[in-house]
Amino acid sequence: MAFIDYYQVLGVPKTATEKEIKDAYRKLARKHHPDLNPNDTEANKKFQQLNEANEVLSDPEKRKKYDKYGENWQHGEEYEKYQQQQRTQYQQEPFTGGHASSFEGFGSEDFSDFFQSMFGQSGRSSGGRQAKFRGQDFNAELHLNLKDVAESRKQTLTVNGKNIRITIPAGVENGQTIKIAGHGGLGVNGGPAGDLYITFVVAEDPNFKRIGSDLFATSALDLYTAVLGGEVTINTLNGKVKIKVKPETQNGTKVKLKGKGMPVYKRDNEFGDLYVTYDIHIPTNLTDKQKKLFEELRET
Amino acid sequence: MNEHLIATTEICTWHEVEYTFISSLSDAGLLELRVINETTYIPESELQKLEKMIRMHNELEINVPGIEAITHLLERVEQLQEELRVLRNRMR
Repeated sequence: MAFIDYYQVLGVPKTATEKEIKDAYRKLARKHHPDLNPNDTEANKKFQQLNEANEVLSDPEKRKKYDKYGENWQHGEEYEKYQQQQRTQYQQEPFTGGHASSFEGFGSEDFSDFFQSMFGQSGRSSGGRQAKFRGQDFNAELHLNLKDVAESRKQTLTVNGKNIRITIPAGVENGQTIKIAGHGGLGVNGGPAGDLYITFVVAEDPNFKRIGSDLFATSALDLYTAVLGGEVTINTLNGKVKIKVKPETQNGTKVKLKGKGMPVYKRDNEFGDLYVTYDIHIPTNLTDKQKKLFEELRET
Repeated sequence: MNEHLIATTEICTWHEVEYTFISSLSDAGLLELRVINETTYIPESELQKLEKMIRMHNELEINVPGIEAITHLLERVEQLQEELRVLRNRMR
């Protein structure tokens, strides 16, 4: 695993004092804190790196070991291992007011392999008091197609090994997120569980364009029906419908099929509309007789 | 409506904050408190919001006016993100 330059992460020289390290961490933490950068995975990642760097460099013992072994920490680790039989509990100087780890949900699984190899799973500092913390929130994506969201349905998801049965509301849109309270990570020291946020990713449909609750489609129409009128069968999201075509219908004419769009989110029995644009097809491979008839028509 | 209420004394102990901080948030209109029989409570529905503000205060040393400004800006960011999502869907 790759060596991580914690000094570079915090933007301080190797000779930085404790105060300089603390100030650097504080400044960068304010910029990248997840609470101030909602839905920003890059900021989250950066914040985790900052926390890890601060965890090491603001702790004199860890910093000493890190500075001593630097890039050769792997060999130093073996030597140090059997010397670390007793774990020392100490109070971290509070930037956070208690623990360097008081950022919600920043569990040991969030530390890099490099950190865990050097300092072990239990290498994180622990404060004196056992405060209760709310569990971390989980985020998940659910991929669906347009037909899947045409009506409400129940679906079982597996999130972090746990099966959760949810109701996918009808009409949910691409990118929309719902919250399932209490299905996030477990609370710490008896604190409440976090929440599960599910973002729906609704794929584009090859036949229908969706804008809100309305759908837009194109339907082929033969020349004869367009000129003389008649009927045409239209594909809707949930079946076929036959509609009347007026005589002398022009190419590009748009018709509205009321209530044949998507269900309106969170509004029972309310639906958007389906707008169909006619695409009139000119006949091909005409027989001689047909060509003659068209010629006669032209001359009338 | 029966909503689960949590005593502010419990919150203060769990999260190691002073009561004055919580009451400042309430005075700034950022948090709803309920007083029943001279005991102050927070509705459970406000807990997540409160914890976020406690983190801003404890971890980032942001004062109450700062929290107020940030809360307003974050609400605006959320609105803009939602508008962006709708517009992106229209352009698909």
